[in-house]
Amino acid sequence: MVGAKGWSVVRVFFGTADRASGLILVLFGIAVLWESRAFPLGTLGRPGPAFLPVVLAGVLVGLALLVLVFGRRSPRLRSLEWSEAGHVAAILSGCGFAALALERLGYRLTMIVVLAFLLGVVERSRPAVMVSIAVGFALVSYWVFRRLGVLLPEGPFGF
Amino acid sequence: MQPFSDLAFGLSVALQPENVVYSILGCIIGTIVGVLPGIGPIAAVSLLLPGTFGLDATKGVILLGGVYYGAMYGGSTTSILMRIPGEAASVVTCLDGYAMAQKGRAGPALMIAAVGSFVAGTIAVVGLMFLTPALARLALRFGPPEYAALLILGFVVIGYMSGGSMLKSLLMAALGLTLGTIGIDMSGHQRFTYGIAELGDGIGVVPVAVGLFGLSEILATAGRKAPPKVFAARLRDLPPSKEEWRASVGPIARGTVLGFLIGAVPGPGHIISSFVSYALERRLSSHPERFGQGAIEGVAGPESANNAAAESAFAPMLALGIPSNAIMAIMMAAMMIHGVAPGPMLVREHPEVFWGFIASMYVGNLVLLILNLPLVGLFANLLRIPYRVLYPLVVAFCVLGVYAVNGSPFEVWIMLVMGLAGYALRKLGYEPAPLVIGLVLAPIFEMSLRQSLILSGGSYTIFLQRPLAASLLGLVGALLILALASLIRRLRTAGPGPVA
Repeated sequence: MVGAKGWSVVRVFFGTADRASGLILVLFGIAVLWESRAFPLGTLGRPGPAFLPVVLAGVLVGLALLVLVFGRRSPRLRSLEWSEAGHVAAILSGCGFAALALERLGYRLTMIVVLAFLLGVVERSRPAVMVSIAVGFALVSYWVFRRLGVLLPEGPFGF
Repeated sequence: MQPFSDLAFGLSVALQPENVVYSILGCIIGTIVGVLPGIGPIAAVSLLLPGTFGLDATKGVILLGGVYYGAMYGGSTTSILMRIPGEAASVVTCLDGYAMAQKGRAGPALMIAAVGSFVAGTIAVVGLMFLTPALARLALRFGPPEYAALLILGFVVIGYMSGGSMLKSLLMAALGLTLGTIGIDMSGHQRFTYGIAELGDGIGVVPVAVGLFGLSEILATAGRKAPPKVFAARLRDLPPSKEEWRASVGPIARGTVLGFLIGAVPGPGHIISSFVSYALERRLSSHPERFGQGAIEGVAGPESANNAAAESAFAPMLALGIPSNAIMAIMMAAMMIHGVAPGPMLVREHPEVFWGFIASMYVGNLVLLILNLPLVGLFANLLRIPYRVLYPLVVAFCVLGVYAVNGSPFEVWIMLVMGLAGYALRKLGYEPAPLVIGLVLAPIFEMSLRQSLILSGGSYTIFLQRPLAASLLGLVGALLILALASLIRRLRTAGPGPVA
């Protein structure tokens, strides 16, 4: 069992930007190596589908370890500016909603909702500004892309 | 002479009325993209890609090319009028361009930037016209080992030339290559797809590029305060004085040559060339203390260099099928979507695309000069749109552009994940461009490497037995030794900054 002191040492050790990112990339490389077991590695004379992923995962782990080892002097994670985190969450939520709703609500309705959320709720724009931009963008972009031959989904109400 | 008759053929393609319209449209969109902070040329070209699906390859490439070099032109406007670079290559223009604006000389700064860009862009296209077919003829002698070695050299040069850590650049390239192995491989196996049908063709370059360069930029800047004051620029204030013209001739000429040479090398040549040009002009000046205080040479040289570099960067992509930076990777992907494979056979198999595109650059450069100067006030007014209104539109456009490529909501999820990853990479000091290049080049790299090993019966010595491949790998070794020496030197004299 790792005690509270042990966790604190780990947190301090991996508390710099390079060490934290190096650790994540080492783990990612190991995961690629692990998952590559699912397909044939082949031989040097006839490399299989796992050949390049294994080589790249090895390179990835090696380079990430170097970043981790030399990462002591990089900025501490706490010192980085994260003040825009609220906006980040809101924007990503908007994009996630769009991915879920595009083929259910249709393109125009989805875009109106996403823009109304970002302009009205997040940025607190005046309702008239919010509605005109959201509806205007959704309708104009739909029309332009249709003219360009790109079909965008329609919702259950044909809108 | 052959290149000139080919160019005449290209001009007959580029000057078709529809192609001229697409060139003008691309230049206008590119200039707007370059002017507006929040969306760079990489994301803009990616987002416009679905809009070209209904066009033939020549028109599509002409439109996207116009966006790219239009953004290079437009980036200088925000640097000079607001001290905000519209894109990375215009960072150095902020120094003297904005200082000139503060002294009431915004007009001459804008005009010299536009004329320098026009001259450099036009001369660079002449160079491109001769260099690309010659490179393509050389590349016809390449077999799989030479291609594999060339790609490895490309990645190392990109790492070496990047402004940040070489180690981190290589790490990003390896990550991009690894992501590029997702999907069906050359022997028909499904790799890392986990039953998701959309991953069968691999991760698309558009959602990755839009996420890493478009959405992540918005995530990093959305909460910021109002932009600073915008200096006004009127048409009648544009002409520089005789003295300013005279002072700009040398920097424009030197910037053009420097930019062309640096742009053809893998890496962010358009950014590096502007810094190198600025440093050169300062060194050559008899009054270096004027730099940073509004020296017109500090605008003329870098602006010419970044435009020449932006165009010579097309040479390795068109001739070898190897993109030298992230935007070339997107352009290459765009051409492949249109069924045109960049590389040594491009000139022979699709002369109308190749020469039509080269000729359209002449047209585009002229369009940009004509557009940029009279309309500078209009473009500057775009900067008055509040960012809190602008960024939701950019987000909506990101969703639209990514969805429209394949009509797949799954790609919007990929963009979302990549946007978050790009935001984190930015915070942690990683440059995402090598990741996109790795993603695009992964299939070519895998095929070259596996074919080389099959050819040699599993012996790595094939890379050393063939003179061209061995020379390329020799260069890789030399660059790695140089980088290692630099790392050891920094470790010995390490200050408080990061070492990796």
